Amino acid sequence: MSIKHLHEYRDPELSGQIIQQIKKTSQKNIRLMEVCGTHTTSIFRNGIRSLLPETISLLSGPGCPVCVTAQNEIDAFIELAKLDDVIIATFGDLIRVPGADSSLQNEQAKGRDVRVVYSTFDALDIAKKNPDKKVVFLGVGFETTAPTIAASILTAHNLNFKNYFVISAHKLLPPALVTLAENPETKIDGFILPGHVSVIIGVEAYIPFYEKYKIPCVIAGFEPIDILQAILMLTKQIEDNTAKLENSYKRAVTFEGNPKARSTMNAVFETADAAWRGLGNIPLSGLKIKKGYEAFDAQKVFDIKLVESEDPKECACGEILLGLKIPPQCPLYKNKCTPIQPIGPCMVSSEGTCAAYYRYHDIP
Amino acid sequence: MCLAIPSKIVKIENNVATIDVDGVQREASLLLVENPEVGDYVIVHAGFAINKINEEDALESLKLLKEAASLIFDNDKNKNLS
Repeated sequence: MSIKHLHEYRDPELSGQIIQQIKKTSQKNIRLMEVCGTHTTSIFRNGIRSLLPETISLLSGPGCPVCVTAQNEIDAFIELAKLDDVIIATFGDLIRVPGADSSLQNEQAKGRDVRVVYSTFDALDIAKKNPDKKVVFLGVGFETTAPTIAASILTAHNLNFKNYFVISAHKLLPPALVTLAENPETKIDGFILPGHVSVIIGVEAYIPFYEKYKIPCVIAGFEPIDILQAILMLTKQIEDNTAKLENSYKRAVTFEGNPKARSTMNAVFETADAAWRGLGNIPLSGLKIKKGYEAFDAQKVFDIKLVESEDPKECACGEILLGLKIPPQCPLYKNKCTPIQPIGPCMVSSEGTCAAYYRYHDIP
Repeated sequence: MCLAIPSKIVKIENNVATIDVDGVQREASLLLVENPEVGDYVIVHAGFAINKINEEDALESLKLLKEAASLIFDNDKNKNLS
């Protein structure tokens, strides 16, 4: 029997029942935040906000790894692209993010070798086929992606690759939850926790955050019914004046997550402080390449210095990532900043809040 | 961005699986999962299987979800009728 369950988790009748229950249950005005780029997109694509009662505000938080990559990291990627013997390998979204003066796409147009890949193993393949070039993979992503990059470094190490490097701008999700909870302006009553980050880190990874802040949390899958179910569970918790850490994506997320993926990640990376666009410096929220694998660390090998740089003027990505503003409140939205000519990363990334608003908002 | 469609392993060679979603096949690394077998369903992200979907858990989750929703729905209907 197929267990894809796509049809079932998109069933309009079932979602209608859950929505009715949400409407019945919801009395208080509450602010719920999701922190996962795929949730951002799914919520928009399925018109979920339009189905909810006015008592529930659904905010998009810092769930898009491209969007939270600091400006100076983007500039470092662009500097690497300018080196003559370097091939940049990257996931697709990054190439259009504007840096201070350029973007990877601009550099590509000028003749620099920038290639979009689906997997880090594609990047290893490029390194194998171009022994006279240095392939640098741009490591951007949360805990779902970091183990895959770690696996590529371990493979490169085992196969004695000399021309494969990674620049790590990886970030960890749970520390961002702390920043959001500590910020007095965000006022979040409940979190919809990420789908696949949770597959890797497990329910247990959220326990310290939950124990300290006692904010209602529900881990959710990506289909419309998954998200509605999580919203219902959060609403119930809040109306009952309880706070629980619940998992509504049990078909994929277990209590302990994926220990093998985590040990692969931890074999290559160690935690470090990191600067997030919009959220500022968050202690121990980033990953850097450990001793033993320095030969693959592009930041060391190419002596990359991260230079202080300013975010684009008037760009409200930072406040949008904190859920303090919505894209229509940004002065650049839809006039100077569009998907064709984006100014901030939230408009560039397919998971970015601004891109999602642009594509789906105001559609009757 | 994540795609959450469980993919079926149809072949395994050297830690690389051929996975099938509705007849479309591609490869995925199995380096991040324990004891994968042909016939298992996995979630795939950026060319890697990131976990196995347990068929029993998947069916059970859906059953509970439907039961909870229809129970509430039936209760509401009964209230309206009385």
